[in-house]
Amino acid sequence: MLTVSIYRYHPELDEKPYMQDFQVDTGGKDIMVLDVLNLLKIQDRSLAYRRSCREGVCGSDGMNINGTNGLACITPLSSVVKNNKLVLRPLPALPVIRDLVIDMDQFYKQYEKIKPFLLNDTPAPGIERLQSPEEREKLDGLYECILCACCSTACPSFWWNPDRFIGPAGLLQAYRFLADSRDTATEERLAGLDDPFSVFRCHGIMNCVTVCPKGLNPTKAIGHIRNMLMTRAT
Amino acid sequence: MSNILRKMSYEAIVIGGGGAGMRAALQLTESGLKTACITKVFPTRSHTVSAQGGITCAIASNDPNDDWRWHMYDTVKGSDYIGDQDAIEYMCSVGPQAVFELDHMGLPFSRTEEGRIYQRPFGGQSKNFGEGGQAARTCAAADRTGHALLHALYQGNLKGGTTFLNEWFAVDMVQNDDGAVVGVVAICIETGETVYIEAKATVLATGGAGRIYQSTTNALINTGDGVGMGLRMGLPVQDMEMWQFHPTGIAGAGTLVTEGCRGEGGYLINKDGERFMERYAPNAKDLAGRDVVARSMVLEILEGRGCGENGDHVLLKLDHLGEEVLESKLPGICELSRTFAHVDPVFEPVPVVPTCHYMMGGLPTNIGGQVLYPESESETRVVDGLYACGEVACVSVHGANRLGGNSLLDLVVFGRAAGIQIEKSMREGYQSEAASQANVDAAMVRLNTLNNSESGESISEVREELQKTMQLYFGVFREGDSMQKGLELLRELRIKVSNLHLQDKTGAFNTDRIEALELQNLFEVAFATAISAEQRKESRGAHARNDFTVRDDENWLKHSVYYPLEERLGKRDVNFSPKTMEAFPPKIRTY
Amino acid sequence: MVTTVTSYGRSGLSDWLVQRVSAVILAVYSIFMVLYLLLNPQIDFVQWSALFSGTGMRIFSLMALLSLGAHCWIGLWSVSTDYLKHFAVRFVFQMVVGLLMFIYTIWGVQLLWGL
Repeated sequence: MLTVSIYRYHPELDEKPYMQDFQVDTGGKDIMVLDVLNLLKIQDRSLAYRRSCREGVCGSDGMNINGTNGLACITPLSSVVKNNKLVLRPLPALPVIRDLVIDMDQFYKQYEKIKPFLLNDTPAPGIERLQSPEEREKLDGLYECILCACCSTACPSFWWNPDRFIGPAGLLQAYRFLADSRDTATEERLAGLDDPFSVFRCHGIMNCVTVCPKGLNPTKAIGHIRNMLMTRAT
Repeated sequence: MSNILRKMSYEAIVIGGGGAGMRAALQLTESGLKTACITKVFPTRSHTVSAQGGITCAIASNDPNDDWRWHMYDTVKGSDYIGDQDAIEYMCSVGPQAVFELDHMGLPFSRTEEGRIYQRPFGGQSKNFGEGGQAARTCAAADRTGHALLHALYQGNLKGGTTFLNEWFAVDMVQNDDGAVVGVVAICIETGETVYIEAKATVLATGGAGRIYQSTTNALINTGDGVGMGLRMGLPVQDMEMWQFHPTGIAGAGTLVTEGCRGEGGYLINKDGERFMERYAPNAKDLAGRDVVARSMVLEILEGRGCGENGDHVLLKLDHLGEEVLESKLPGICELSRTFAHVDPVFEPVPVVPTCHYMMGGLPTNIGGQVLYPESESETRVVDGLYACGEVACVSVHGANRLGGNSLLDLVVFGRAAGIQIEKSMREGYQSEAASQANVDAAMVRLNTLNNSESGESISEVREELQKTMQLYFGVFREGDSMQKGLELLRELRIKVSNLHLQDKTGAFNTDRIEALELQNLFEVAFATAISAEQRKESRGAHARNDFTVRDDENWLKHSVYYPLEERLGKRDVNFSPKTMEAFPPKIRTY
Repeated sequence: MVTTVTSYGRSGLSDWLVQRVSAVILAVYSIFMVLYLLLNPQIDFVQWSALFSGTGMRIFSLMALLSLGAHCWIGLWSVSTDYLKHFAVRFVFQMVVGLLMFIYTIWGVQLLWGL
């Protein structure tokens, strides 16, 4: 039997959040944390959490698992459970809607702020815009982001200034478009980032890199943005 | 009981924020119509995100002489000749434009040395109408094409300014007194508020329903909500017996391993290490149609040549491709195999088994996405105000078996086409009477019953029973007797499904309520599947029967049409009239 | 772009750059002072005055002093915008820090040139 301690909060019923303990029979198998939640959902139909693809590509089930942000569906118990105890909390820093479900509006707003779409002021050709494999390679490690918010909610700079610091996820995408040879809005994009908060609140502590379930490196992307801003200004 | 609901009004609404839904929403928003995209998950969590291998389309990058007619030929043959040839013609010919639009939107396709979009070989692809050998026609962004496509579409919609109602669940459609669809009753999941969302045009883009089976590559959200809503409204559905089992789901986990693995040179082996597909499909081998490969795998397992302790799977060999190819062309697969199969494909083969993957059937539509009501074998009428695109629709471009890479093409081409059609209808002055209170109440019946349930069946248990029944009686191979047994069990389940107990009656983010509503949709899909499968007395495409092993063109070169009100299966003519060329006549299908 | 009127250079890049350049100057100055004191353990007031009478040393010291002012301002401004969520508290804190930096700088100039 595994002891699972879960953060519970229902806005209509609870004044304050609390931790509730459950016992789960995992059959001795090394299942994923999401499987545990699905088993618990049979016990307690009122438990709320998000899930969709259950294979780590949709980014629904980011949560704080024994103290570290991660995706429940690709986190096997063996990699997190110590002393037979699993503690699940919602991702930090954003408001809780219910149980493990957070309100991600602030996170999405920061994503939208960087204009996360291709901008090109030349007329589109009759076929695709050509791009060499070398140019395309620059997008590797950037476009794979699944917007799970594990990184941004692990970042103290985002905790303190979620409204003004874009956060690692948004900045990774900012660089994804800066790095795309098909995008012509580099100047406009950089001009929108050159304030003391949007990019420069990153102090390089690399929590984002540690927790990213897709193995991406936002800190490196932020460094690239800084270099581009520097080149532009000097 | 009458509820006065808050009303929101749009000219057009799209239900579903996956690839098809977002492509339709983009088209509608750009046309200037007041549009909302209603989606039960944040758009990038939709199941399109899990598509891996690519989008098949004759863009003539790999082969400058490639021709969309060759693609059309493959698709018609792949469909085992019950794909509608006018629709397939439209998809294959408009496809390149739709794919280039995705590139212009920013989709990070992999590239060739010439700077063009990288194309890889997929199953069932040929050059020169089957005479020129294997083609490479599937446009790919590594093995994350669905992810790249879905994000590019979301980004395109952000740029276009589409209104999204994220995490809103559509309960049932509202029909006015004339029978036209005039919107939907939906729940805002975050608050639990129920709202009537009024619209002149309602587009169903709710995707598939793979969760009717126990073992599926589909996301947990693929619960056939659109088909469920349609069937409850009395609309017929087409070809529901046609379920694709993907050859390579990871054994045990169900997660998908792309056909692109075999496209890049991987192949299947049995416990003796034999490349068994050489026996079943001497020419195309591992790149035969998915139905053919899946059946061959099951036969290997049934005949005792399966792998593992229980001999219940076969192996997908990839290590000979080398680490460099695997890490550059199939990085996502490496990741999934390590996580879910505990196997590193660089060194070891991946255990795989045919797994439910795609619903070829759905609500019958025309090329413009208008939902059709088949009145007889040859006559149809348009259901006013209702459109469908993507997996929920049956245009039908996939017929009895979908080719790999054609689903992504289907959803962008027909999502776009539905948008264009709605714009045209509105410009021509389409009007519908507003719904009466009684009309709205009718769409609230199901939700009210559930909300008032004091006792009843457990949602988790009924769902599990349903999935087990479908897995056992309506799998890769089917047989009359056992299907009748399955149908009997389903009839018993219907009583339970209409008597679910909703334990949690609160408002905010109530997933108990959503799961109950989803389960009822799953059931409708499963039941339609069962009736259709039991009554199509032949083997065609994905529908393989042990008691009727051959294709019967005389009686069954037809769509099946399930009429829910009478629980009756009818037939509908297949379209053999493409606009610009001669139709491809049915031939014996070998690979 | 997030607009801010209280930051040092109003641009994130210039703040960031000033922070790094000033850090280097302060580091070099600190190392020099430590080494000088280690090499001259018996230092007296005459020698100390002589060190600061050269124009080069005075410029070097002034540079370090200005760096200190800018570095502190940017650093503490950052800290205040992280942790001080109440506008009035943050504003007073920033004013006090600004005033202190101003005083130290003027005072330092006075000391160096003995005005």
